[in-house]
Amino acid sequence: MTDSTSTLERLAASDYKYGFITDIEQDTVPPGLNEDVVRLISAKKQEPDWLLEWRLQAYRHWLTLKQPEWARVEYPPIDYQALSYYSAPKQKGDGPKSLDEVDPELRRTYEKLGIPLAEQAILAGVAVDAVFDSVSVATSYKGRLAEQGIVFCSFSEAVHEHPELVRQYLGSVVPYRDNYYATLNSAVFSDGSFVYIPPGVRCPMELSTYFRINASNTGQFERTLIIADEGAYVSYLEGCTAPMRDENQLHAAVVELVALDNATIKYSTVQNWYPGDAEGRGGIYNFVTKRGLCKGRDSKISWTQVETGSAITWKYPSCVLRGDNSVGEFYSVALTRDYQQADTGTKMIHIGKNTRSTIVSKGISAGHGQNAYRGLVKVLPTAENARNYSQCDSLLMGDQCGAHTFPYLQIQNPTAQVEHEASTSKISEDQIFYCQQRGISTEDAVSLIVNGFCKEVFKELPMEFAVEAQKLIELKLEGSVG
Amino acid sequence: MLEIRNLHVTVEDREILQGIDLTIRPGETHAIMGPNGSGKSTLANVIAGREGYTVTAGEILFDGKDLLEMTPETRACEGLFLAFQYPVEIPGVANLYFLKAAVNAVRKYRNEPPVDAMDFWELVQERMKLVKMDESMLKRSVNEGFSGGEKKRNEVFQMAVLQPRFAVMDETDSGLDIDALKVVADGVNALRGPERGFLVITHYQRLLDYIVPDHVHVLFNGRIVRSGGKELAVELEEQGYALYNEEPGRARRAA
Ligand SMILES: Nc1ncnc2c1ncn2[C@@H]1O[C@H](COP(=O)(O)OP(=O)(O)OP(=O)(O)O)[C@@H](O)[C@H]1O
Ligand SMILES: [Mg+2]
Repeated sequence: MTDSTSTLERLAASDYKYGFITDIEQDTVPPGLNEDVVRLISAKKQEPDWLLEWRLQAYRHWLTLKQPEWARVEYPPIDYQALSYYSAPKQKGDGPKSLDEVDPELRRTYEKLGIPLAEQAILAGVAVDAVFDSVSVATSYKGRLAEQGIVFCSFSEAVHEHPELVRQYLGSVVPYRDNYYATLNSAVFSDGSFVYIPPGVRCPMELSTYFRINASNTGQFERTLIIADEGAYVSYLEGCTAPMRDENQLHAAVVELVALDNATIKYSTVQNWYPGDAEGRGGIYNFVTKRGLCKGRDSKISWTQVETGSAITWKYPSCVLRGDNSVGEFYSVALTRDYQQADTGTKMIHIGKNTRSTIVSKGISAGHGQNAYRGLVKVLPTAENARNYSQCDSLLMGDQCGAHTFPYLQIQNPTAQVEHEASTSKISEDQIFYCQQRGISTEDAVSLIVNGFCKEVFKELPMEFAVEAQKLIELKLEGSVG
Repeated sequence: MLEIRNLHVTVEDREILQGIDLTIRPGETHAIMGPNGSGKSTLANVIAGREGYTVTAGEILFDGKDLLEMTPETRACEGLFLAFQYPVEIPGVANLYFLKAAVNAVRKYRNEPPVDAMDFWELVQERMKLVKMDESMLKRSVNEGFSGGEKKRNEVFQMAVLQPRFAVMDETDSGLDIDALKVVADGVNALRGPERGFLVITHYQRLLDYIVPDHVHVLFNGRIVRSGGKELAVELEEQGYALYNEEPGRARRAA
């Protein structure tokens, strides 16, 4: 019977497919962090003074902060002076004006990753912004989207083209003082994506950003800002990969979402940063702050995440439900294997009346993986008739991994209705044998069972990405059996 | 088609099966009866290849091939089916999806392309009627929240879709009401044919009124102590197994 445990463990170990390094000349700022570096980044981007000032305020505040230690993750102290805070592929002249001008080596990188930058992506119906290390290299379909007044561009471009929107909303959901990593990001963020959907417009295609860390010893600090104006709808997807390197790399992103009256934002993440090797060497530290503000009444923000990569994941996509009748959702699958650690969850802050939130978290741990769900449901005195439903399920593969659940409740209004369910299960030998007896191999049986476990989350993903996520989980669990 | 010779099986150092000999030819249906703990499920599990059992002596041949050498999934792909005494729940995996995965696994083994969606749907519709199963069961997760009877019916449904050459049915009748029992029996009978073999494990003669066996065996303390025709089941129903306990001599003779 112990045999089947080791089979599961073997299945859980597999190779990282996206670990290649792109050989391209990079413009990289020397390691170290000080005010001059902040000024340099701002200058490279020819930013307006108000933005530089904002960055400097953040930097000065960051100096007063200590790295948080409350999460259930362990790692040696990060030497922030050893990191480089800006790295961009070198370009001749002003940078690509159209997709055809993107460096062929970069295009090949994205092709290898299966990300279509070319306009032929029209078939896939997905508009893609690709961020390579610190800068956005291409944004497809900009023209078609612009016809409807939709803005989808790199953050740097938005600063120049739509300064009033950026200035109004930047830091309005995640203030620069928010937390250690968000503050660091505010000081040194390099690029990211910007989306604005005008009133009443339903964005006709999935918008997508693809993040790729290539350079070594660089941190990636992108910033995404999405604004759905009254009655607007947008579905947004981000994907991430990085090369295999022995040293750990830091990724500290910030995502801010703002939904006005009757607007809906659906934000999906498939995160597959390099997790480190089987002994726990290398891998990305994924310390991310994601928060959505349901600012208007009847607005809705839905987070769906499939977290399979990174050495350490520390993220809590949250919803601030300020508008009356607003809805927040969080659907998450987090898979940890080998020595991966994940401390993830959400915060649902109920402020408006009749606000509702749903949390579905599925943690899968294999090998020595450690998986923690941490979630806060807070109902403020103003939130009359608030409702929350939380469900946290953990699946253990093998007996050296761990699952931990930390639900926090702060209820300040007696009319609140809050429900919490939690379960921990193992893939049983009985389930595997049942599948085998029907002709299904052990490996396929494990994917089948794991996919069944994740189903409630996968069904929230846009169709084509649900298939991708399913394949990714299968790949992650693929082993030498068969 | 199935030949079991001198099969000895231990579980955690305890000998559960103590020398089983059993030959089932194509087209035959055999029934095994025996008290709780006599080793019936053990035999079924060893035939299907479940882990945790040690075969200390003997062999099992399936169409002349060494069954014990094969993985459980190879046995299934070779046409062996086990209707479980306790079918397992697989949350989140739709019954229909699971069945299709099973059908395609078998087809892949035979170097056949995946089943055509329309063909599969037609087969499913037809087989669902056979076991009078409601279509809503297809969308539900495998066995999750199914009643005891629904689980058993689902086993027969899977068997009817997979159309194995040889099926072991471990107490498929237990927990069924009389109507469900008939339905299950009809399902099995519809599959019976000159090329198929069945090994039906049951405690009740009643099932054998509907699935009339060619041979009945009594399994007692890990041995087949008696074999006979259908009338043996009637006799057991009347007399129970006490006889074999009190008269080990007779039991041995009968074997
Ligand atoms: N995995 C196991 N570990 C320990 N003992 C086992 C195991 N499997 C079977 N046994 C023992 O072997 C004996 C035979 O069990 P088995 O399940 O084959 O009986 P059965 O004839 O099917 O009984 P029932 O009519 O109750 O289904 C029992 O004493 C049982 O406790
Ligand atoms: Mg039994």
